Amino acid sequence: MTDVKELEKKAKEIRRSILEMVAKAGSGHPGGSLSATDIVTTLYFNEMNLDPKNPGWEDRDRFVLSKGHAAPVLYAALAEKEYFPKDELQTLRRLDSHLQGHPDMKKTSGVDMTTGSLGQGISAAVGMALAGKLDQKDYRVFTMLGDGEIEEGQVWEAAMSAVHYNLDNLIGFVDYNQVQLVGKTKDVMDVHPVVEKFEAFGWYVIEIDGHNISEILDALEEANKVEGQPIMIVANTVKGKGVSFMEGTAAWHGKAPDAEQLKEALGELA
Amino acid sequence: MSEKIATRDAYGEALLELGKENENIVVFDADVGSSTRVKNFAAEFPERFFQMGIAEQNMVGTAAGMATAGKVPFVSTFAVFGSSRVADQIRNSIAYPNLNVKIAVTHAGITVGEDGATHQAIEDIGIMRSIPNMTVIVPGDAVEAKAVVEAAVDYDGPVYMRFTRGGVPVVFDEEDYEFKWGKVMPIKEGSDLTIFATGVMVGEALDAANRLAEEGIDVEVVNVHTIKPIDVEGVVASAKKTGAVVTAEEHNIYGGLGSAVAEALGENYPVPMKRVGIKDTFGRSGGPEELMDYFEISAKHIISAVKEVLDKK
Repeated sequence: MTDVKELEKKAKEIRRSILEMVAKAGSGHPGGSLSATDIVTTLYFNEMNLDPKNPGWEDRDRFVLSKGHAAPVLYAALAEKEYFPKDELQTLRRLDSHLQGHPDMKKTSGVDMTTGSLGQGISAAVGMALAGKLDQKDYRVFTMLGDGEIEEGQVWEAAMSAVHYNLDNLIGFVDYNQVQLVGKTKDVMDVHPVVEKFEAFGWYVIEIDGHNISEILDALEEANKVEGQPIMIVANTVKGKGVSFMEGTAAWHGKAPDAEQLKEALGELA
Repeated sequence: MSEKIATRDAYGEALLELGKENENIVVFDADVGSSTRVKNFAAEFPERFFQMGIAEQNMVGTAAGMATAGKVPFVSTFAVFGSSRVADQIRNSIAYPNLNVKIAVTHAGITVGEDGATHQAIEDIGIMRSIPNMTVIVPGDAVEAKAVVEAAVDYDGPVYMRFTRGGVPVVFDEEDYEFKWGKVMPIKEGSDLTIFATGVMVGEALDAANRLAEEGIDVEVVNVHTIKPIDVEGVVASAKKTGAVVTAEEHNIYGGLGSAVAEALGENYPVPMKRVGIKDTFGRSGGPEELMDYFEISAKHIISAVKEVLDKK
């Protein structure tokens, strides 16, 4: 029996870590990290089969953060999982740090794929899932896309190939927070309708509230039963979720809070 | 003239043979497998062959994901689609994480022929050479091509290999050919000038050298199969011996072998030199040999370049 309250508590911890590390770094992407937090938390603390003491374990489940700029949420989860000491989060983006501005699999323990150039992570996830099928392994591959990211053509190339190869060991998420760097996704380049697009490509699509842990858990349970096709969980989310002044605004896509703003934000997440 | 074999044929054969020995080799195709010659591997090992459709960016990224799981992916397509079209995917998903993906491209350079400029990669070596962690190899004939594929499998890391569509004279003897990773290969001794040549131009350079010998000009011919990392020591050693250099490649004079040799010599041992290559222009339709003449990279143009440099020596 999953303790939803525990996961919610963990998500709050991770949100606090995101804000603290981005504030300390003086740059980074809080908005898209906070919108993805509840999903990433549920994956790392309830769903994925991992061994932090053996990060390269070949039977582990994989997670590819295709929207690589949300690195802070991934780093916070990995630190909570004890892949590396939590105090190292404070070194984010520093020259002497293993925590790069975007995920680097060769520098950070627990990062399964180097990402950052949008649209590429999902292809790597397809490759990992194909390798799992080829080797008859049971591991699953999870990937998370931004809604702005799916404007990249490569995403749809990957979407076609995942269906062509019947990759039911591939579970994707679209962090549908409706805001990208310069403004609302519908104004920049409308990606709507996302559910129907993935369905048309042949994916098994589940639509949820990406901040409702129970819905995330139910979606994963449903996804795990699907056979013969990849699964896309379209998660309706709020950019900057959890910090009132960051919510729903493009201004906090790639900006660090100052000391005063950090204090206020952490106050809301107490 | 010796027997001609397209290096893509040698690639296809080598891949099939290596596939029998190494179960980790997987091959990706973007709807050109009959032309790139990976169809033989596909027929023998269908479970390790992945048709990705006309979607090269995803093919490159998928190969990267496969490499993270311990596979040795070969990404096969035409040189234009396996370099400039996917430069960012190669850069960020393969080279930056230093994943063990082999990018094996065919139909490189203007000798693609009739398909014309859109299908004639003349900048791929330059693009690949400027990406960190990437090794760039251009075999000079079918014998060398086979050896290159084998060496690439033994090497852990990204490799860009460039093969031809058309027949290339076989210049090496299969019995005693030895591929030395990252080393230039002197194939004809000489004292007046060194021709550094790569790919299809190795045969042209030998032809030029033989014709120059009839005029009493004694040139050294050095095969440069590995353009990155360039063998600085080997390049400088030959330049010290002859004091003059011509480079020959089926690629833009910017960014390829000529640039690599000029960089090595410029920093270590400057000598008079000239680059024979495509003079910063796009290709066009025509027969391969006609195009070599049209773009002034055939043996007779190497001979003119040699004489021009010798005048400055």
